[in-house]
Amino acid sequence: MLRYLLSRLLTFVPTFFGVTLISFAFIRVLPGDPIIVMAGERGLSEERYQELVRQYGFDKSVFQQYVDYLGGVLQGDLGASFVTKKPVWDEFFSLFPATLELSICAMIFAVALGIPAGVIAAVNRGKLPDRLFMSSALVGYSMPIFWWALLLIILFSGMLGWTPVSGRMSLMYFFEPVTGFMLIDSLLSGQEGAFRSAVSHLILPTIVLGTIPLAVIARQTRSAMLEVLGEDYIRTARAKGLSPARVNGVHALRNALIPVVTVIGLMVGTLLAGAILTETIFSWPGIGKWMVDSIFRRDYPVVQGGLLLIASMVMIVNLTVDVLYGLINPKIRRR
Amino acid sequence: MSLLEVRNLTVEFATSAGQFRAVEGVDVTLDKGEVLAIVGESGSGKSVSMLAVMGLLPWTATITADRMAFEGRDLREITPAERRKIIGKDIAMIFQEPMSSLNPCFTVGFQIKEALRQHLGLDRKARHNRAIELFEQVGIPAPEKRLNVFPHQMSGGMNQRVMIAMAIACNPKVLIADEPTTALDVTIQAQILDLLLELREKNGMALALITHDMGVVAETAERVAVHYAGQKVEEQPVAGLFGRPYHPYTAALLAALPERATSRILPTIPGVVPGQFDRPAGCLFAPRCAHASAICQTRPPLPRGADEGHARCHTPLLPDGKTVAAPIEEVSQ
Repeated sequence: MLRYLLSRLLTFVPTFFGVTLISFAFIRVLPGDPIIVMAGERGLSEERYQELVRQYGFDKSVFQQYVDYLGGVLQGDLGASFVTKKPVWDEFFSLFPATLELSICAMIFAVALGIPAGVIAAVNRGKLPDRLFMSSALVGYSMPIFWWALLLIILFSGMLGWTPVSGRMSLMYFFEPVTGFMLIDSLLSGQEGAFRSAVSHLILPTIVLGTIPLAVIARQTRSAMLEVLGEDYIRTARAKGLSPARVNGVHALRNALIPVVTVIGLMVGTLLAGAILTETIFSWPGIGKWMVDSIFRRDYPVVQGGLLLIASMVMIVNLTVDVLYGLINPKIRRR
Repeated sequence: MSLLEVRNLTVEFATSAGQFRAVEGVDVTLDKGEVLAIVGESGSGKSVSMLAVMGLLPWTATITADRMAFEGRDLREITPAERRKIIGKDIAMIFQEPMSSLNPCFTVGFQIKEALRQHLGLDRKARHNRAIELFEQVGIPAPEKRLNVFPHQMSGGMNQRVMIAMAIACNPKVLIADEPTTALDVTIQAQILDLLLELREKNGMALALITHDMGVVAETAERVAVHYAGQKVEEQPVAGLFGRPYHPYTAALLAALPERATSRILPTIPGVVPGQFDRPAGCLFAPRCAHASAICQTRPPLPRGADEGHARCHTPLLPDGKTVAAPIEEVSQ
């Protein structure tokens, strides 16, 4: 097991360097000068401009800049934001809980609805529930996420007024972050109504962010279930006189979950990508919105560092999923 | 009253090319403690007819029968929940492929205890003890340890023993064994068959053995039903069948046994079993039969009396096994 973990960690090395290279190159390929953007509408004098160019090292060759950046990264220094002057590392981890909270809720939403929907569809293959769920899944998967978000906002926030339009918490409440998770912090603060407010702010972003994973998980569960339901051991389970609920929900689902867990692991990457759009639409103060803002501000260290940290998160999650795999599938369990 | 009584069972599968008749007009009778062998080639409907009794056919299957009764209760007239109380408890089944018939995600102990909890409602400790007892009974060494093992960690023979232990867990009155030894080594085959016969002796259960191996039939069965293309073409006590077959197909099957060969070249049955699209109008075996006459081509034969082995044949074989009686028109009406 340890050997396996180490060999997997070793494969992270090339990915890690690849991500630093791509993020470094990507932000520099974009037109726009970070110093001019920083100066804003007032502009700045030629001398001051040259001074800043030297200060940020833009007078060096691009290769030298990359080497300097990489040297910093390897020592754990991701640089400081051009805009806020705060270290990227600190900014990332002050905003990451918001994204994590939203992503976890979206994933719970997607799994909690997607797996039962897939099972019901597979068991009723070709009948109404199957057609209904699978066509909705196709619509959910192909719908542009921003459009879906706007529709929900118009209906639930605009017309019905059930949910707030944006943000994480109503302005009526204020408390110091403890865990960074609004759901937990609002409970800890003990303020009446704060938890309710946190939940109501979470509902629409969760649905929007969870829609694509929900569709993918439902379809994957259905096809995995269909395959498993044709297996000999399902016939054996039925020959024991077990109820259909037990045959489908225990014997079949346990086997069908193996490919589904892989997909869930892969969805984490999609989720973080989706978070960028969702957070922007709902003004959710997480890393997605932070990344988009910093791209517009040509905030080089933030874009580079943020991408690198997000990529690392995805890699760690995928490794975790692979390890979890062994728990579900005894055939690849290492003893 | 027979333990299991099936009359005129027909099973049809809906396929993209229309209805496919896998079983046609089959009767099965099984008495307490009896060993019935059902023999036939692949696709002769022997498994399908038993799966129909168990209610394990996929939804594409349409089952019709005049009667399908266990201990006098028609299995089609009771609710699915009531039927599940019989299936797995009083009628159990073991399958051809032990390696794929056990769920790879659960330990064999979990799978065997599940059957015990479902039907006998034993508590955890009693289930554990009964599982160990069953493993001992089917000859699995170190049963205590084996309970925590996954199917892929054991050999095919061991897995088949687990399947048998699972099937006999609730002391069934009928055990249907669908080619239980086909996927196993020859040495293991004999052990498994001996085990089944021993259990039948001990527990007094009836055994329906589906096989295509005439050697297995000769060693184990008391009564034999021969299936061909979905029909039962002959049924006799085992000595009678081997001594004096009435249906030309049975005779041809027996002649093709290497042990019985008299010449250097092993006799074979020319042609193949008719499929969905080339089903003959008359006797299904006529295109391959050495004795077929004009009537065989046009009119399907009905089963004859017990004195002629219930043979579905217009011209059953005479005692010499080589010639046939002249076709009798009345019988085939």
